[in-house]
Amino acid sequence: MGKMKETILNPIFKGNPITVLVLGICSSLAVTVELKGAFVMALSVIAVTGLSSLVCSLLRKTIPNRVRIIVQLVVVALMVILVDQFLKAFEATYAIDKQLSVYIGLIITNCIVMGRIEAFALGNKPLPSLFDGVANGAGYGMILIIVAFFRELLGSGTLFGFRIIPQALYDAGYVNNGLMILPPMARIILGCIIWAHRSIDKDLQEK
Amino acid sequence: MEYLSLFVKSIFVDNMIFAYFLGMCSYLAVSKNVKTANGLGIAVIAVLLITLPVNYLLNKFLLTPGENCIFGPDVDLSFLSFIIFIAVIAAITQVVEMVVEKFLPSLYSSLGIYLPLIAVNCAILGGSLFMQQKEFANLGESAVYALGSGAGWYLAIVALAAIREKLSYANIPAGLKGTGITFITVGLMGVAFMAFMGLAI
Repeated sequence: MGKMKETILNPIFKGNPITVLVLGICSSLAVTVELKGAFVMALSVIAVTGLSSLVCSLLRKTIPNRVRIIVQLVVVALMVILVDQFLKAFEATYAIDKQLSVYIGLIITNCIVMGRIEAFALGNKPLPSLFDGVANGAGYGMILIIVAFFRELLGSGTLFGFRIIPQALYDAGYVNNGLMILPPMARIILGCIIWAHRSIDKDLQEK
Repeated sequence: MEYLSLFVKSIFVDNMIFAYFLGMCSYLAVSKNVKTANGLGIAVIAVLLITLPVNYLLNKFLLTPGENCIFGPDVDLSFLSFIIFIAVIAAITQVVEMVVEKFLPSLYSSLGIYLPLIAVNCAILGGSLFMQQKEFANLGESAVYALGSGAGWYLAIVALAAIREKLSYANIPAGLKGTGITFITVGLMGVAFMAFMGLAI
């Protein structure tokens, strides 16, 4: 049981895919302007990493080694199509941003998904693979949500679209930080999160 | 004239790295020295320039419903676009890899593992997906867009590699070394590129 716990907890803290392994940044940061987008993206990534790890793990004895990359790519693309169609169906109901569709598509090329299949799912039983995929997706989603929290709070004064910073403060001269909404701040915030993480966990510091 | 403005716009205003975060993984991993960055940048331009027009044609004649669709106007295959785009990209990257290995062995050995990784570079798939969203009028526009966004990516990676070469002499707080400071550098470069955002061409 201890091993299972490590499988789940390791990707969230010590081996976090974004801050430690620096994988899958591509599709992540663009959706962190507000919490809602980040939340949808986090759930999509969890679904894709979990399911594709599970499927690849089930297929691990039948996939010929030489063509495994293309098989993995097809499995991942299939899962992403499912997630994308699912979101499209609910797009109108929950007013999900159209732009998100491009970034959902980019989950295919997210290195975490392929990386976990290659490193874990092909050598392990289906159930641990599923947990490993979900945990890595969760570690990834956690960082997305932290970045989005700061960007939305400081950039628009809201969280999930609800106003957090009171009107009285605006009347007193407080202004939203417009820079937070622009792309560069996502990277600077992420840089600071990495800094904080590595100051706490000194083993991770680079020489 | 339209082509020129699309070209300039896709390099500076809609820069793949600074405005859309595409291709960040290899961007961070391969930008340790200018020479390799240069090679990868050129490879990205080449692969984009081939895949984007091919995907444009596929999108126009195969995936989008309408009079151009070869299966008749009622067939909507657009849900297949992810899988078709990624298959085309993977195949073309494989071909480019073989060509580079045959004719430019020195470049091949310096790029090493990163050449096959272009297949999973978000900038390439992202280019195709944005192409689909932007609904270009003809093949020329999609090729110009590919060249422009590739050039923007190239510019960004060479600039970052040059900065990182200098950064290795700097005295950086222990926790910030490596990845942390690189992210902040890219952020600051992005702030500089934001200056182009108001540019109306």
